[in-house]
Amino acid sequence: MFHALADGTRRDILARVIHDGLSVSALARLYPMSFAAVQKHVVVLEQAGLVTKERRGREQVVHGEVDALRQAAGLLADLEQVWRHRVRGIEDELRRDT
Amino acid sequence: MTVTDVRRDEEALTFTLVAEFDAPPARVWQVWEDPRQLERWWGPPTWPATFDRHDFRVGGRSAYCMTGPDGTKSRGWFEFTLVDAPQRLEFNDGFADQDGEPDTTIDPTHGIVTFEAIGDRTRMTVLSQFTSLDQLHEMAKMGMEEGVRQAVGQIDEVLA
Repeated sequence: MFHALADGTRRDILARVIHDGLSVSALARLYPMSFAAVQKHVVVLEQAGLVTKERRGREQVVHGEVDALRQAAGLLADLEQVWRHRVRGIEDELRRDT
Repeated sequence: MTVTDVRRDEEALTFTLVAEFDAPPARVWQVWEDPRQLERWWGPPTWPATFDRHDFRVGGRSAYCMTGPDGTKSRGWFEFTLVDAPQRLEFNDGFADQDGEPDTTIDPTHGIVTFEAIGDRTRMTVLSQFTSLDQLHEMAKMGMEEGVRQAVGQIDEVLA
């Protein structure tokens, strides 16, 4: 459950920074959680390759990576083909019983 | 249609697939539990898998190898984090080097598989959680060959 909620925050952060960047402190004001907690979500997104951080004066501005999201969509579509084949393979396996 | 639902969430980096099979959960469970059955469907057709080890219990590990069309070997491992027969299975699925040692530079994928009885049929739901694009890229690489094969198949159909 904690994971799902955490994902919800990250999804929201991503949606807010996909067109225009926002500083970590501006993001932190949007959520009922500590600056450190918001920063942690940003780090997870950054490690996933979905956002980048840019230093602007004393602030860290977070930008969404549109290309990365597009690439992720393509890779998940490839993965869907892999799993559709696996499902067919399981069906064949179950058919061997009869 | 056996596959009843597919959800691809590029923002959360998750993939969910729901499929229904004409067999009870206890039987569908076996295709995961028995390594000889598992290796007949885990690898894509152009990347058949062999499981050298399959310790199907909490904390247990598996070691497998998939061989590509040009002989390239891709090794992987599972680590089971929850085994609740025949209802729920959770495991990490990672890459290994040519000696079978886990590759620590790429995070493992976390998989959750549930088996639900619908009469004497089974609804199986697979959820894959990725942590990075790089990892997803490595995972999907095995399927690329398949994409090519399918495209060729479609051309064959057009020409027939």
